[in-house]
Amino acid sequence: MERNNRKAWLYLLPALILLGAFLVYPLIDVLIYSFEEGFNFASQTYFGVGLYNYRYVLRDPYFLQALKNTFLLVLITVPVSTALALLISLGLSSIRPLRQLYQTIYFLPYVTNTLAVGLVFMVLFQKTEYTDGLVNLMLSWFGSGPVDFIDGPYWAKLFVLCFYTVWVVLPFKILVLTSALASVNQDYYKAARVDGTSRLRTFTRITLPMISPMIVYLVITGFIGAFKAYSDAVALFGTDLNAAGMNTIVGYVYDMLYGASGGYPSYASAAAILLFLIVLTITCINLMASRRQLQG
Amino acid sequence: MEIRVEHLTKRFYDRGRRQTTTAVSDLTLTAPDGALMGLLGPSGCGKSTTLNMICGLEKPDEGRIFFGGEDVTDLPPEVRGVGMVFQNYALYPHLTVLQNILFPLENLKGAARPSREEMVRRARETAALVEIEALLDRRPRELSGGQQQRVAIARALVKRPRVLLLDEPLSNLDARLRLQTREEICRIQRETGITTLFVTHDQEEAMSISHRIAVMREGLLMQEGAPQQVYDDPACLFVARFLGTPPINVFSGEVRRGALLLDGRAVLEVPEAADGPVWAGIRPEGFLPRPDGPLRCALSRVEVLGRDVSMVCTHPACENGSLRAIVPSRREAEASGGAFALRPDKVFLFDREREIRIPFRAARA
Ligand SMILES: Nc1ncnc2c1ncn2[C@@H]1O[C@H](COP(=O)(O)OP(=O)(O)OP(=O)(O)O)[C@@H](O)[C@H]1O
Ligand SMILES: [Mg+2]
Repeated sequence: MERNNRKAWLYLLPALILLGAFLVYPLIDVLIYSFEEGFNFASQTYFGVGLYNYRYVLRDPYFLQALKNTFLLVLITVPVSTALALLISLGLSSIRPLRQLYQTIYFLPYVTNTLAVGLVFMVLFQKTEYTDGLVNLMLSWFGSGPVDFIDGPYWAKLFVLCFYTVWVVLPFKILVLTSALASVNQDYYKAARVDGTSRLRTFTRITLPMISPMIVYLVITGFIGAFKAYSDAVALFGTDLNAAGMNTIVGYVYDMLYGASGGYPSYASAAAILLFLIVLTITCINLMASRRQLQG
Repeated sequence: MEIRVEHLTKRFYDRGRRQTTTAVSDLTLTAPDGALMGLLGPSGCGKSTTLNMICGLEKPDEGRIFFGGEDVTDLPPEVRGVGMVFQNYALYPHLTVLQNILFPLENLKGAARPSREEMVRRARETAALVEIEALLDRRPRELSGGQQQRVAIARALVKRPRVLLLDEPLSNLDARLRLQTREEICRIQRETGITTLFVTHDQEEAMSISHRIAVMREGLLMQEGAPQQVYDDPACLFVARFLGTPPINVFSGEVRRGALLLDGRAVLEVPEAADGPVWAGIRPEGFLPRPDGPLRCALSRVEVLGRDVSMVCTHPACENGSLRAIVPSRREAEASGGAFALRPDKVFLFDREREIRIPFRAARA
């Protein structure tokens, strides 16, 4: 027993060393940075230790804007994309002909490069001097005026960002959910049919509980993914996200380090730690809620 | 409620090809009111398909299904009033035993829907019938196979269906539990008096608890009747082979002038049978050890298994070389030296080509 234990640790050692070097150490380092006040990158010196960096970040309007953007993005895209994916997966698993084809089509966005997709979205949504963009063209058929989705009002920009994010995360969710649906034993449905279960009740009382572990998984990874959003915003609105008012928390961290106004690793660290705390809290709440639901 | 199916046919289209598999073909069958009927046959012969058509999960291509006098062929499963138990039980794993049993009741709508208290009362009553009252708060995975089986039966019965259908209800259980659950199904059926159709490929199971059995092969009904009657009077070689442990011994023989010849020697008088080549099936209990008997075999060994003494012998006309006879005692077995007289009522003749029964007038040996 004791021997086996030691052997197990030995086998785990390489992975643990790598994890320690590239994950735990940087994490601790970031934590330390975030408490060092007035850190000077060139001289590697600082004045004192305290909460000043946090206070600064939490008062920074750019950070607050990024926080708001990120939260809105998360709250909109996670439920919408999960529900949409569920709907499409249900549709996919109820058709027989052409199912493979549809599955392939739905999976295409997943293998397409983010920035390339962003470019396509620009073409769809952007208003230039020559054209109003495809979406505006369609809007005009319904008699509504052109909206500048890339450089216009906040809600329009947020809409494009959410639309884009949902579109990008959808394939993976569909993939996971169709295989989850396919793995439900058909006998449950047969039993339900013999008992005269309505379709809605079959869905809520049998299908949903059966695939709920996968839904929980998708919601949690969805939350984490959306909180870490950055490249999507860049693909749509360019690198100066603060100016566009469409920055995200990760974008803020990046800007604090390398952006035009960058060079503040302490602020970046504080922002990163805040993001970490938010994600941790939400994941814990998620897990607890789903566990309670599974038991109840 | 009597179950009657007439000329039932079901074809499946093979994937991507134009060919069809006929899973059930022109099946006509009656399960009398209040009977426990066994649907028996080898794997893939269309038993499950038949059951699925009766419960309404599968639509027949041809034929009608009647419950009592009512034609239910075009009715959806929920209004047919059937209870179905699936081979793997299909209990909902996330619901407790009580919730599982309540599930069919909660589906009821309108006037048919009982009050909550009534539902729980009926669920408990059904649970008591199958003796699982103590397990109501558990989940299916916390139950043994036999207990899950009972829950599945309770769930099928709680709506008070007109007929109960069981698809291989015992195949997931181990040998001992199978015997016990078999009795249990028998008891539940007797107490409720519900017409029950159950599918199995185990002939012993079907023979032991059914009032009637129907033997199927490749979608066709081979024979239907009371178990003992089918055993004593098989209509074809297939049925004779399928029923009975140890299985029937098959010989290739010939009928000439009212006598059965095996390996050229006359072994039995078979008056009124036409001359020609035949298959002769002899039940293990049809061999009477007699030192001067007409059927001379080479005795390989005598096996004593519990109360049964069986003689394993070889004979050139025997289909797979060796035959097995069940005899009264070891002493008699050894005294006979492998020679037998035959009981005519345990000998069946079958046409060599079509494998159907050739009758003969049995004279007592
Ligand atoms: N959905 C289906 N599609 C195509 N062929 C099918 C389908 N269901 C059954 N079959 C075919 O119909 C025949 C009868 O199948 P069925 O399931 O009724 O057999 P069974 O007697 O229940 O066998 P088992 O004892 O193995 O359960 C088989 O040849 C099977 O391959
Ligand atoms: Mg079957």
